[in-house]
Amino acid sequence: MNAHTRTLLTVICEAALEKKLLADLETLGAPGWTLSDARGRGGRGVRSAGWEAEGNIRVEIICARDVAERIATHLQDRYYANFAMVCYLAQVEVLRAEKF
Amino acid sequence: MGLDPVVLFFVFGLTAGLLKSELKLPPALYETLSIILLLAIGLHGGVELAEQASWQLLGQAGLVLGLGVALPLLAFAVLRGLRFDRVNAAAVAAHYGSVSAGTFAVVVAYMLAKGIEFESYMPLFVAILEIPAILVGILLAKGIARDTDWGELGREIFLGKSIMLLLGGLIIGAIAGKEGIKPLEPLYTSMFKPVLAFFLLEMGLIASGQLGALKQFGLRLLGFALLMPLLGALVGALLARMMGLSLGGTAMLATLAASASYIAVPAAMRLALPEANPSLSLTASLGITFPFNILIGIPLYLALAERLIAWGL
Repeated sequence: MNAHTRTLLTVICEAALEKKLLADLETLGAPGWTLSDARGRGGRGVRSAGWEAEGNIRVEIICARDVAERIATHLQDRYYANFAMVCYLAQVEVLRAEKF
Repeated sequence: MGLDPVVLFFVFGLTAGLLKSELKLPPALYETLSIILLLAIGLHGGVELAEQASWQLLGQAGLVLGLGVALPLLAFAVLRGLRFDRVNAAAVAAHYGSVSAGTFAVVVAYMLAKGIEFESYMPLFVAILEIPAILVGILLAKGIARDTDWGELGREIFLGKSIMLLLGGLIIGAIAGKEGIKPLEPLYTSMFKPVLAFFLLEMGLIASGQLGALKQFGLRLLGFALLMPLLGALVGALLARMMGLSLGGTAMLATLAASASYIAVPAAMRLALPEANPSLSLTASLGITFPFNILIGIPLYLALAERLIAWGL
């Protein structure tokens, strides 16, 4: 098996941000992403996703380290102050390097 | 007449939620129910609108638009008087200037159950009242700031889910006409109340969740969320009398003015005024004002309309 190292950036935030966030990812050069609904609890209390105003999303992006850092910095500057949002980076191994 | 069973469903949801019951409806069902309700309200209004369209209606629509600008200003003044900071006061004011389609559905059911006639183009006023408050709220918070993306905001407001559904229903109803719409009629006749009952059960569960946050905000917010619907209803009812609406129409416009948005405005405010605390607005509009209007407000506004008419206003 021929594995390559890439960075997995996971962003969990309010569903209200979805459109804006995806537009940002596109501009910042994310090669692709996977989006799912999420619920949980954090600094802003229980986010139950019981109805639309409490919806949350999780976006996963696999990309090169510098792209991931650029996106993470942008998110921190732009959204951390006023929105429920966390993001974290992890090293992952992928099979097809050209995809990411 | 005892409490309407649809209201009992709301009380049921509220109670189950407060008791921290396991009862939970799937989020997709809530969305489905609200889509059906909005479409049904729109269709019903559209069918009648086609038969009653007139220049007079255009003038009335203009006045209702004015009401949509005046209400958030009034709410903002009250909130500032209660010493809320500017941004939060503006965000909450936008919620109270706009309307709740769920409350409107309940007042429709209430009037039908009592056999009181009302102007059938009321759904048009619901759509009109949704819009201006959001803009007024943003202007109150920031003035005409350069960093507001008005294009995006416009899309959010005018192409938002509830406006789309109401207007879509209105237009389809108007084009189809009374005969053409027959096969779909159950949507706003026999099906309306069952759907409303399930919707209110879910609303009760959601509202109970919002009530928990009340402790955090205290009496000032509680006071505002109970005072503002009364003020709004009075303004709405007086305007309705000026416009020469019927008894049912007066009570409905009062109810609309008393209600506060919990769908369109929170979504728009989250993007336009992210620094405002969203749970402040939702606790007030959904946790207090919505239950108040459903349980006590609507009969009260009908009594107000009767009184105003008796006084010859």
